[in-house]
Amino acid sequence: MAINKNSNIYQIVYAAVMVVIVGALLAGIYMALKPQQDLNKANDKRKQILSAIHVQGLSDAEVEGTFKKYITEGFMVDEQGNKVEGQSLDAAFDVDMKKNLKSDKRQLPVFVAEVDGEKKYIVPVYGAGLWGPIWGYVAVNNDGESIYGAYFSHEGETPGLGAEIEKPEFQKQFNEKKIYMDGEFKSIGVMKAGQKPTNGAEYVNAISGGTITSRGVQTMLEDCLKPYDPFFVKLQGGNGDKADTCHAKADDCDKNDDCDKKKCDNQPDKAKAEPAACGMPDPEAANN
Amino acid sequence: MALFSKRNKEAFFNPLSKDNPVLVQILGICSTLAVTAKLEPAIVMGISVICVLALSNVIISLIRKTIPTTIRIIVQLVVVAALVIIVQQVLVAYSYDVSKQLSVFIGLIITNCILMGRLEAFALNNGPWASFLDGIGNGLGYTIILVIVAFFRELLGSGTLLGFQVIPQWCYDHGYMNNGLMILPPMALITVACIIWVHRSRNKDLQESSN
Repeated sequence: MAINKNSNIYQIVYAAVMVVIVGALLAGIYMALKPQQDLNKANDKRKQILSAIHVQGLSDAEVEGTFKKYITEGFMVDEQGNKVEGQSLDAAFDVDMKKNLKSDKRQLPVFVAEVDGEKKYIVPVYGAGLWGPIWGYVAVNNDGESIYGAYFSHEGETPGLGAEIEKPEFQKQFNEKKIYMDGEFKSIGVMKAGQKPTNGAEYVNAISGGTITSRGVQTMLEDCLKPYDPFFVKLQGGNGDKADTCHAKADDCDKNDDCDKKKCDNQPDKAKAEPAACGMPDPEAANN
Repeated sequence: MALFSKRNKEAFFNPLSKDNPVLVQILGICSTLAVTAKLEPAIVMGISVICVLALSNVIISLIRKTIPTTIRIIVQLVVVAALVIIVQQVLVAYSYDVSKQLSVFIGLIITNCILMGRLEAFALNNGPWASFLDGIGNGLGYTIILVIVAFFRELLGSGTLLGFQVIPQWCYDHGYMNNGLMILPPMALITVACIIWVHRSRNKDLQESSN
């Protein structure tokens, strides 16, 4: 019996059967490999977080133990820089930065690491490079104003150019750089040789040939560290309700708690408005 | 039917030089430019292409008598796409670092014209074993070129090989500098062209007559 291979029915049935078989096969493989893949992703994230405090070169087997050893605590902070109660390390760890930046109510995870008896505060950053997303982790010293270490990675930046942001040579430039100048949040500039940030911030050298990625790193740091401003100010020993004007006025009131609160009432709104900008390239910068 | 008949040997060895997919057929140039800035991704990319090409050749060859001719391209695409996704998933599960490095390039295997070309030109008309050899041969032919190009680009562009520094420090001290242009795609094209030039000058029968 010869089947007419070019009849419509044969073609439709053939295509349908093929799609079902392939679909089932892929679904099966996905299910079978999922646990291992999730484990890899979690371990990779742990490695990245540890890289921010200069713990590197770990094998897959060591990662989890080392992570537990260094990272003592994880929590969210709210827009006033206060620790949100009832959030565990796992909750902070599970925050998906990509979704987080798009959502209206941004979560601000912080990981606390202990290095040589000193606390370091690690915060995640996420932004846009040239070809795709870039992200990283920035560890801030417990003085709340200088960077202890930074780690960056990317999805598909050009090898040898933009992709250099994941190299230690680039990342170690950030060590001990200050994100605050005279008590004001300035972030860190990523500048071409011979240029300086206009706002007087500290800066590192950009990657030659990787201009857009470098600019992406600068924007990412600016946007993603800013929401933590109140939290950092608290670390510096200031009062958590932050805002420079508020800060100064509050000091005048001496130990009067009520005064403190009243003066800063309008601040939370301001803080709320800022996080939304994170991750979105600054429209002005894009036009240049 | 001998396993290594003359025909099968040709299917395997021709693509390595005389009928090289990159040098002679000028296929797969896009990915050759994209993944050769460093040696390691080039090697992994080559291995992935060999696997996908050999397997898809075998599968298409096995079902070649049932495929309706009008939708054969779609069937080929589905098979290749499924295999590529499997390779990607396996890499994520068992070789996470490599999968991170290659990121989008694995997905781009689907668009590599060598695959569709071999399926159309060979697997549809030949048995599974010959198709398998043809797939391995073409994959290897592609990989060899990838590795040669990546070797020069990484050496001259970054001064490293497989991430290890090979150009000694005293060269830099005496004014030697890495050539940043080597890392950019245009130099991949020029490197490939140089290889083609050398290849043609050694194989007179490949040279086109000038009239």
